[in-house]
Amino acid sequence: MEVVQLLFEGVWAALQPLNLGLAFLGVVIGLFVGAMPGLGSVNGVAILLPFTFVIQQVTGSVSSPMIFLAAIYYGAMYGGAISSITLGIPGASTAVATTFDGRPMALQGNADRALVIAAVASFVGGTISNILFTGAAPLLASVALRFGNPEVFALMLLAFATFVGLGGDDIPKTIVSICFGLIMSAVGFDIISGAPRLLLFDSTEWFSRGIQFLVLAIGVYGIGEMLWTIRSSRNTIKMTSAQISMKRIVRALLWFRSCWKGTLIGSFLGFFVGILPAAGATPGALMAYGVTKMVSPRRRHFGSGEVDGIAAPESANNAASTGAMLPMMTLGIPGSPTTAVLLAGMVIWGLQPGPLLFTDNPEFVWPLIGSFYISNVIAVVVNLACIPLFLRVLRMPFSILSSLIFVLSVVGTYAAYQNMYDVWLMMFFGIGAFLLRILDYPLAPAVLAIVLGPIAEPTLRQSLLLSDGSWMIFIERPIAGPITICAIILLLLPLAGLLWRLRRRA
Amino acid sequence: MKISFRLLLGTVVTCLAFALAPAHAEFSPTKPIDFVIMAGKGGGADKMARLMQSIVEKNDLADRPLIPVNKSGGSGAEALVALKSATDPDHTIMVTLNSFFTTPLRQPGLEVDIMEFAPVGRMAEDTFVLWVNVEEGVNSFEEFLAEAKSRGADWVMGGTGSAQEDQIITDYLNDTYGLEIKYIPYKGGGAVAKDLAGNQIDSSVNNPSEALGFYEAGTVIPLVAFTDERLPMFPDVPTLAELGNEFAYYMQRAVVGAPGMSADAQTYYTALFEEVYNSADWQQYKSDKSLLGDFLPGDDLKEYWGVQRDRHETILKASGAMK
Repeated sequence: MEVVQLLFEGVWAALQPLNLGLAFLGVVIGLFVGAMPGLGSVNGVAILLPFTFVIQQVTGSVSSPMIFLAAIYYGAMYGGAISSITLGIPGASTAVATTFDGRPMALQGNADRALVIAAVASFVGGTISNILFTGAAPLLASVALRFGNPEVFALMLLAFATFVGLGGDDIPKTIVSICFGLIMSAVGFDIISGAPRLLLFDSTEWFSRGIQFLVLAIGVYGIGEMLWTIRSSRNTIKMTSAQISMKRIVRALLWFRSCWKGTLIGSFLGFFVGILPAAGATPGALMAYGVTKMVSPRRRHFGSGEVDGIAAPESANNAASTGAMLPMMTLGIPGSPTTAVLLAGMVIWGLQPGPLLFTDNPEFVWPLIGSFYISNVIAVVVNLACIPLFLRVLRMPFSILSSLIFVLSVVGTYAAYQNMYDVWLMMFFGIGAFLLRILDYPLAPAVLAIVLGPIAEPTLRQSLLLSDGSWMIFIERPIAGPITICAIILLLLPLAGLLWRLRRRA
Repeated sequence: MKISFRLLLGTVVTCLAFALAPAHAEFSPTKPIDFVIMAGKGGGADKMARLMQSIVEKNDLADRPLIPVNKSGGSGAEALVALKSATDPDHTIMVTLNSFFTTPLRQPGLEVDIMEFAPVGRMAEDTFVLWVNVEEGVNSFEEFLAEAKSRGADWVMGGTGSAQEDQIITDYLNDTYGLEIKYIPYKGGGAVAKDLAGNQIDSSVNNPSEALGFYEAGTVIPLVAFTDERLPMFPDVPTLAELGNEFAYYMQRAVVGAPGMSADAQTYYTALFEEVYNSADWQQYKSDKSLLGDFLPGDDLKEYWGVQRDRHETILKASGAMK
């Protein structure tokens, strides 16, 4: 009961004109940085951190600057979907999974539906995880602590398994694609011994930085997708131009009913992955996509414009962004790059993030939690209201749109790390992705692998160090065990299915 | 006539201003400064770097922002190579720890000579404390020794990186007290602190800044400090010297510039970070997190590096991590 009262006071504080104005401003800025390829919430938050010192001096409150930054974080989660759907370039790393189905849907002339579903799913995901956060933050923090290296690795294994086990795609090709992504994620320095790995052309300067995930994602979905559209349509551009009318948008809202399953899976899974330190919103969204695809009866349609394929990652990335606040606030450990910046802000505002934050600084915590709810409402309203504007992009002839995609891909890649090497690499991946696509290789698994590889590898090696090399550590531990077994069953399912079919035929 | 006189005066003043300006030739950054962090997110170095960045922003000390970038790969190797190959050394600085000494010693293949780096300033020396989870039921260093001895290789110590600070201390404990503690390397102190609080590992030698949140919450307890004198924050925690072994180990928290940084730029950054050091926020943080040591500018820092490098060479050779 006390929680309800504290929450009520928090929401009330967040509704004060100044805080409301900051939340609105933050959401709008977030939508913009999220929609710009190459810029994500981390850039927005890092660039505007100095501004929060001004806010703090003016308002004298520690929660107002944080409300502002958290609103940017949320806004960016909504914004990422916009360019993923309308241009096919992931606006932020968190929105990569949204391109899998959002882009095909837009090409079929249903971009409005995709955008509405993305916005509403984001809202539902954000709200569900806010409720979980409010009700059970300390409890969930202790769950996060139970997840050691073997548990996290088991979870990563499960994520890979969802992409292999029940996919409608060609399984050997999926595995090849995963392996490719894993190899790409291994370029750079060995995480434990520090030895350089896969330094091609003997160029430490180039490869010591490793291959950034966003470079691969923009290459595959920006350039690769553009080439594919050009090839498949040749001279006759058959892309249906999107229609704009409020009536269609309202009708799309009704469509949302058909993707409640993806939304729920995305919300809970996203939140859970978000609270594990080291993960964050990008793996959360990819895993939600994989799991939703696995349990859906329409899994064969995934990748060609399935509503659940948009709802799951979009609800998950919002849920995960709230989730990632949890280890940051209760354990003092950031779960994502953006929360690392937020953590730095909290230290300079004079707070000690950690197990005692909730008891020592209720005047900070509750208005912030209240603002999570408010920012979410603002974000969904602003987003829905702007959809007709976003759709104008799609009315451009493809000959113009494709050059826009090209320019944004190059600029976005450069903007992210200010390095020309990334731009060349991105082009290489784009052309490579196009060729692999002609050969019918699924590329989403490669993207998944380059995101999860850097999490899976250290946890695997640390676990094996712990167990003196025994693989049983993944089976024997009470939490890791069931997860590992599920993952192995999923991996073996296609084999079992094959045997079953052979027997029936015999 | 009047107007042209004014014009003349104006021209003269302008010319003078131009003539005087190069005489000062002061460096000031013309673009955002790359602020490389030699460790992962959430660890001591990371928190400190982001605090320095915030202090610079809050007090408006620099014309251009510091942009923190974590390069935690290979116990700092990634960061060292990034600095060595920086295209714009005047706008590339790094927050370092002791892997600045150990990693180039262990990996001659990186061809990194730390004496080529530009010494900007040492901001503090961080301290090391032995922590255990409260559920272990171990309340003193003697009990720790007994318990760790009886469990042998089942006693697990988590720490940041391989053959650097945390492992050096672990090796020391193993050698001196005949223990077989197993060491697991992590990417950063934040993850170590979390895993100790979650009882995934049995002990850590985190810096106070990393373990403080969990200490205050009562999840972890300090047993012994690896310092010359007791830390003011933990007056009841003995030093190892009091318990019979003269072993003190500190970690530098310093800012260095990329090799090839111009002397003017180095002067600029030294002045900048001396201001950060003298700020109320930094002094507060230093006392809150049990940091020691004074500001060491430029050449003094370089001298300190020489001493530290020799000491680490001896330690690494003794432990077999270096031939």
